[in-house]
Amino acid sequence: MSAPGVAPRRVLAWSAPVLAALIVLPFLVPAWQTVLLSYGLVFAIAALGFNLLLGYTGLLSFGHSAYFGAGAYAVAFIVKYAGLESMEVFLLGGVVVSGIVAALFGVLCVRYTRIFFGILTMALSQVLWSLAYKFFWVTGGSDGLRVPTPTLLGGLVRMGADKQDFLSGPYYFYVLAVFVIAVAVMWVIVHSPFGKALQAIRDNETRAEFVGVQVWHYRWVAFVISGIFTGLAGALWVPLNGLTTPDILHWTFSGKIVFFTVLGGFQTFFGPVIGAVIYNYLENWAVGYTVYWQMVLGVVLVVLVLALPAGIVGTVKRMSVRAAKAA
Amino acid sequence: MSVDILKTTQLSKSFGDTHAVDHVDFSVSAGEVLALIGSNGAGKTTLINLISGLIPPDSGRVDFQGSDITHASIHRKIQLGIARSFQLVNLFDQLTVRDNVTLAIFSREGRTRRFFSVADADTAVRDEAAVVLKEFGLDGRAGAPAGGLSQGERKLLDVAVAYALRPKLLFLDEPTSGVSTREKAPIMDIITQVVRSGGITAVIVEHDMDVVFTYCPRIVAMHQGSILADGTPDQIRNNAQVTANMLGTQSG
Amino acid sequence: MDLATLTVHVLNALLYASVMFLIAGGLSLIYGVMRIVNLAHGNLYAFGAYVSAWAVGRALGTSTEASLWMYALLPVGAVAAALLGAVLEPTLLRPLYRRAEEYQLLITFGLLLILEDVMRFVWGPYPLQASALYEALGSLTIGDSIYPTYNLVVIVVGGIAAAGLWAFIYRTGFGVVLRATSQNMRMASALGVNVNRVYVQAFTLGCFMAGLGGAVIMPQQGAVLGMGVDALILAFVVVVIGGLGSLEGALIGALMVGIVREAGITFFPEIELAILYLMAAIVLFIRPAGILGRA
Repeated sequence: MSAPGVAPRRVLAWSAPVLAALIVLPFLVPAWQTVLLSYGLVFAIAALGFNLLLGYTGLLSFGHSAYFGAGAYAVAFIVKYAGLESMEVFLLGGVVVSGIVAALFGVLCVRYTRIFFGILTMALSQVLWSLAYKFFWVTGGSDGLRVPTPTLLGGLVRMGADKQDFLSGPYYFYVLAVFVIAVAVMWVIVHSPFGKALQAIRDNETRAEFVGVQVWHYRWVAFVISGIFTGLAGALWVPLNGLTTPDILHWTFSGKIVFFTVLGGFQTFFGPVIGAVIYNYLENWAVGYTVYWQMVLGVVLVVLVLALPAGIVGTVKRMSVRAAKAA
Repeated sequence: MSVDILKTTQLSKSFGDTHAVDHVDFSVSAGEVLALIGSNGAGKTTLINLISGLIPPDSGRVDFQGSDITHASIHRKIQLGIARSFQLVNLFDQLTVRDNVTLAIFSREGRTRRFFSVADADTAVRDEAAVVLKEFGLDGRAGAPAGGLSQGERKLLDVAVAYALRPKLLFLDEPTSGVSTREKAPIMDIITQVVRSGGITAVIVEHDMDVVFTYCPRIVAMHQGSILADGTPDQIRNNAQVTANMLGTQSG
Repeated sequence: MDLATLTVHVLNALLYASVMFLIAGGLSLIYGVMRIVNLAHGNLYAFGAYVSAWAVGRALGTSTEASLWMYALLPVGAVAAALLGAVLEPTLLRPLYRRAEEYQLLITFGLLLILEDVMRFVWGPYPLQASALYEALGSLTIGDSIYPTYNLVVIVVGGIAAAGLWAFIYRTGFGVVLRATSQNMRMASALGVNVNRVYVQAFTLGCFMAGLGGAVIMPQQGAVLGMGVDALILAFVVVVIGGLGSLEGALIGALMVGIVREAGITFFPEIELAILYLMAAIVLFIRPAGILGRA
């Protein structure tokens, strides 16, 4: 976004084959691979939301698990208390609840920047986490709440006999569709006048104020949009996981979101998306090898910050720019 | 008798024991171009910070076009038509030169709340930005990130962004500081041209007395928080107090 | 409430405040001098607790009787945390001073993750205890209650630390250098101060304090995974109230947190944590820089 915006035509040019590959994938690979990728796409939506705040507004949140969890638990509560199982209702609920939580937390958090903002977001998400534990008669405590597979498209599509078939088939395409829409919507948002205003705030808060942009207010709106995208991801995640537990409200999950965004490169639009997908595969592979997965994350994060701050996508972009200049 | 577009009455601000701005009565007529001079610590930037809303005054009053804006928010002041540039360049470094200006235009039009339209697609705004950039001689650098410009270009862009807000009153805080002597005149030429053709009232803080005497028909000299003298270049040149306090330390 | 019970509550509050002062004071000191917030600061507190627990554990062996000399082992945790800090500052933090603050947060967050797992790796997932040290000092009778004597030791340590730190900062040459650097780093550098050295010294001192907090409370609480992040968030509450960068603020904040927490636990045990966050939220609304802050 710092470079002259990647022209829409170029974006469409290479996203078309990628999208085609994503559509064709379930027919080519085993079901569990498709389900695994679904998780990746879900995290990618969360990363998109998160990066609106980090990459575009300059606010580093360590508490985004709060919105992911809000979306997830909203779904669980809809199942538990309303007995509904429509995915559309789940998504609506997830968006509304995470939006409200983000709006409330945002009011407190966006008055501050940097360090205070980071710790405040972390503290608030820990509060939610401890509430999820304490009020176990509502939230199921550490056992969490089960969520059955939902119906899609207003009940038109239901799970058949095999859950895996459903998740790797109709549900995957549902997630993919939401992912594409989320990407498109976020793309428009960051390229809109509002998006430019956010970047201005990121670059120079004082000047933004003196250009007539009310910094506090814009940060809050960005915070809410960010929370909603992440909450949407949380709502999509629960049926995949079958269950929601307080773990996804814990700061360690926030850390993962930070990690895969930085891994992909928070200074580009698609970096976080790619980082999330790559991370998902990495975690899936590595968890089988070591219990000290947190340390691996930490080390990679340190290395990224010291050596590769632009992340994977950012570095590739820089290298290709350099190669183009040399040519 | 020309209309006062801006008037401060007994405006004061202290930092601890220092009276940075000491009961200042200052007024500006619509369409004027005036220089605000004084040695470091005289209170020039503080006065601008008070009027533009960056810091709140301890006491006193500021009136703009007849309304009291003493405690108005920065946002309100900009809406009313007050804009400023900065002594230490304040730009959106990661945005392009063009985007720095279009942002000001979008903001002026109240369009920065829109998040469902693509900014670059708005040709009217782009065209207006192109005109502004051309006036400032920056059209060749429109697509470059603002952080990559030379100091002189950055100073001009800083003013251009404020100008793009189409203000009625423009404060320029040392628009030629940090720029080589050669570049000063072209920068000031552009600024005065733009300001005159837009009918903008301009208050220019400057240290370079050559610039001041050449471009500003009215000069207000400050010293230790108060206004020492207020007049034409000749009057100021012949004012003993001003010479003693300031001009001696300013090499022309 | 009779005087004895009140005394016990006051002592409990002071106990909590002592530990919080050590942690939050370290955090504030580092920020005051270097404008850095180390997200892994809580883990240095945890590290101090673990190292002390380990040292005492080895000294105790299988016995449950603590000898007096074992108490002298406790500061080992503080020293270990200080050494760790002395290594971390030049390697991980110094390269980032010129970069945007986000990187500093990211790298210290990475450090937090690493330290958590290092402690898990070295000492295992189960808590380490050294309750023998806690019990060996016996208890006092206050009215009808029995109060562990060790708690008084912690309070005294906290008090000495506060006084010592104050003296160090306001009465020594190094303290002058610290204050000068914190107020105007460039100026201090121009006057010949070796800013890099001051930074590593300040950071080490801050880590020492955190480690000392962990070491001194370890006999009562043990060393357990996750204590680091909990402590970080609570230290944050303290500095929100007292102001980031102010040691006096850390003291006031710690006292207030100690008192409110004790009052909260006594009357509303369920919402103890919520009260602290509520207090922090109120202070943030009324006085964003904290009571004595200059962030």
